[in-house]
Amino acid sequence: MAMASEAGVSASVDTQLDELPPAAGGTPPRPSPRELPYRVVSSKVRLGVRVREIWESRELFVFLVRKELKVKYKSSVLGLLWSMLNPAVVLMVYYVVFKYVLKNPTPDFALYLFSGLLVWNLFATVLPGSSSTIVANAGIVKKVAFPREILPLSQVGTGVVFLFFQMIVMALFLLGFQYSPDWSYLPVALFALVDLIVLTAAFAIFLSAVNVYYRDVEHLVAVLLQAWFWGIPVVYNFNLVYTELVKLHSFHWLMDLYLIDPVTPLVLAFQRAFYGHVDVAVPSQAHYQVLAGYSAGFYLEMLLAVLVAGVLLLVGAMKVFGRIEGNFAEEL
Amino acid sequence: MSVAIDVQVVSKRFRLYHQKYTSLKERVVHGGHVPFEEFWALEDVSAEITAGQTVGILGRNGSGKSTLLKCIAGILQPTAGQVVVRGQLAAMLELGAGFQPELSGRDNIYLNGSLLGLSTKEIDRRFDEIVAFAELEQFIDNQVKYYSSGMYVRLGFAVAVSVEPDVLLVDEVLAVGDERFQQKCMDRIQQFQRDGRTIVVVSHSPDLMRDICDTVLVLDRGKRVTMAPAGEAIRIFRERLIESGFASAPPPPDPAEPSAGSAPVEITTKRRTVQLLGANASYARQDERNYVETGEPIDIRVDFDVASPISGVQFKITLMTERGAIVFSSTSSGAVAGMPLDIGHGAATFMFDSMVLLDGRFSATFEVRDSGGVVLDILDPGCDFEVMNPGRAIGIVGLPMRVEVTPPGSSELPQAASSAR
Repeated sequence: MAMASEAGVSASVDTQLDELPPAAGGTPPRPSPRELPYRVVSSKVRLGVRVREIWESRELFVFLVRKELKVKYKSSVLGLLWSMLNPAVVLMVYYVVFKYVLKNPTPDFALYLFSGLLVWNLFATVLPGSSSTIVANAGIVKKVAFPREILPLSQVGTGVVFLFFQMIVMALFLLGFQYSPDWSYLPVALFALVDLIVLTAAFAIFLSAVNVYYRDVEHLVAVLLQAWFWGIPVVYNFNLVYTELVKLHSFHWLMDLYLIDPVTPLVLAFQRAFYGHVDVAVPSQAHYQVLAGYSAGFYLEMLLAVLVAGVLLLVGAMKVFGRIEGNFAEEL
Repeated sequence: MSVAIDVQVVSKRFRLYHQKYTSLKERVVHGGHVPFEEFWALEDVSAEITAGQTVGILGRNGSGKSTLLKCIAGILQPTAGQVVVRGQLAAMLELGAGFQPELSGRDNIYLNGSLLGLSTKEIDRRFDEIVAFAELEQFIDNQVKYYSSGMYVRLGFAVAVSVEPDVLLVDEVLAVGDERFQQKCMDRIQQFQRDGRTIVVVSHSPDLMRDICDTVLVLDRGKRVTMAPAGEAIRIFRERLIESGFASAPPPPDPAEPSAGSAPVEITTKRRTVQLLGANASYARQDERNYVETGEPIDIRVDFDVASPISGVQFKITLMTERGAIVFSSTSSGAVAGMPLDIGHGAATFMFDSMVLLDGRFSATFEVRDSGGVVLDILDPGCDFEVMNPGRAIGIVGLPMRVEVTPPGSSELPQAASSAR
């Protein structure tokens, strides 16, 4: 055995052949089949089993995320820098338009925008990609057995990696402007991040599966995201909406409806933590409220509600996925 | 013996859409009704595969064999029934599935390996072996898009076989690469067999099955026909083929053109002195089956008419494979050859005590010559017969053979002369 493993890479084919097999160190003792883990292939596989299989494929998940990152910017000079350039340009455009053209009085507007965009970007980059991921990976879906949820999940994973890059940019931003975030709200932001990932995963899994049957989904998603963006307080102030709906017209139910959008609390939480201003003194007005004056407790309550909703959506999405997954190989 | 794969009453339904409406609009326009036909690719198939066995799934195109393999692999979910697989499973349905052209060979080994269920540590450990097996040492850091198709497939296979599953599923992907690489692949499969792993192979090549499988499951139109030792299962499979007319049936005799056919020799000279009328093969139990088994006797008879008395004619039979290769050709000689023939009807029977041919459909053609060697008539096509081999040998001819192994260390090595019989 020792001799065989000494054989170099350049050794003749024949030597290699003798050497190849059973793991280094000889044939491992094969456990009797009774002890072997078993797997049931059937149209009725329980959710717990599916979750376990996904967990067991976590290394595949890592490789797929790495692949996405590598392939996306392969042969481009700037490479991963693009992942930061793209949101930077968006940020700049919004900043110029809202600050100078529309005269938004919000102080430190760039930072305000950035905090909200962090949340939205994950959502908006992951969903279109994951809607088409099963179809795009038809080659392996038809020929290799692995938990297919890994495909949309790896899109989420890729998005989270980009989110971290952007957070680094954010950190540099804060340093550059000598601006200190509201540290006491950092746990709230982290909680919001967890929510965001769960929520995105739920949507990603659902959309990827449905798109196999209705290819419109990926187009629909692109359109809906456009509209959705304006439904969350990223470029405008939450407080404007609040004032309009509650203080002036007492449309409490409309406000509730606005808050039902699970992305809104996440955006608010990020803004509260990184941007931090609730009330600011603005020259023209005596008092300008940017963020909602909610207490930390209320934020946590909202986030908890989103988490519960997110987990329920995730379970629902996985059930839908599990139901129709069995026919992916033939539908593609 | 324990069961490695338990296929429990598995059925798989496919929907064949006459026109596929994949967009919402189209579905709405058609009121949600998409015309489709149901098609059962598998119907109540059950099979138990014992651990350590090599099992073939045999069937012609569309018999559901690949569907069954995909159900075992977990790529397709059965519509009804379930498959229980014990142990780690790896499926080789397509080599290099999921290779990313933009990534290097190195990255692809990791990605593909983890798709097949290898852990990073396992890939790390086997990385050099995989590269060496694929013979890609120099190119491993090149992008896969620059690989030739041969390199691509070699890398795919090398990764696939580096998985050491308890259960290995193989689709007909073995026919890849050059001959030498194919041999390596076969060696690898045999290594798996020696290790006591369970292997399931799908193929429509009975020869491959006979070569490597212990047991063969025969499927026909989604139904299990039989599961039996290789030789017997292949016999049943070929019987089915012949019954359903898929094996080349003997061409119907054409009365308008009695015998000339594609004869290379012109025999239009006046009236034929001896005319070959037709031929047929006869063997045991011909009424219940339409093949002869290797080792059984067979008689092949050719009928003729004699127009004027003649003596010294010779009858010649030629046996050919379906592709037209001559496996045997011989002429009647001796007492038979000198026999005077009167006007009238006669027959020459070629008797084979033991059919040495192996699987396949063979055809016999005939010639009759006078004593001077002039061709009097040719019968081509003559008759066809089917041979079925219940044993494990493959090829065209079953040569009589014994095997003797002298274990190392025994005092007497057989002399070269003694092995020549």
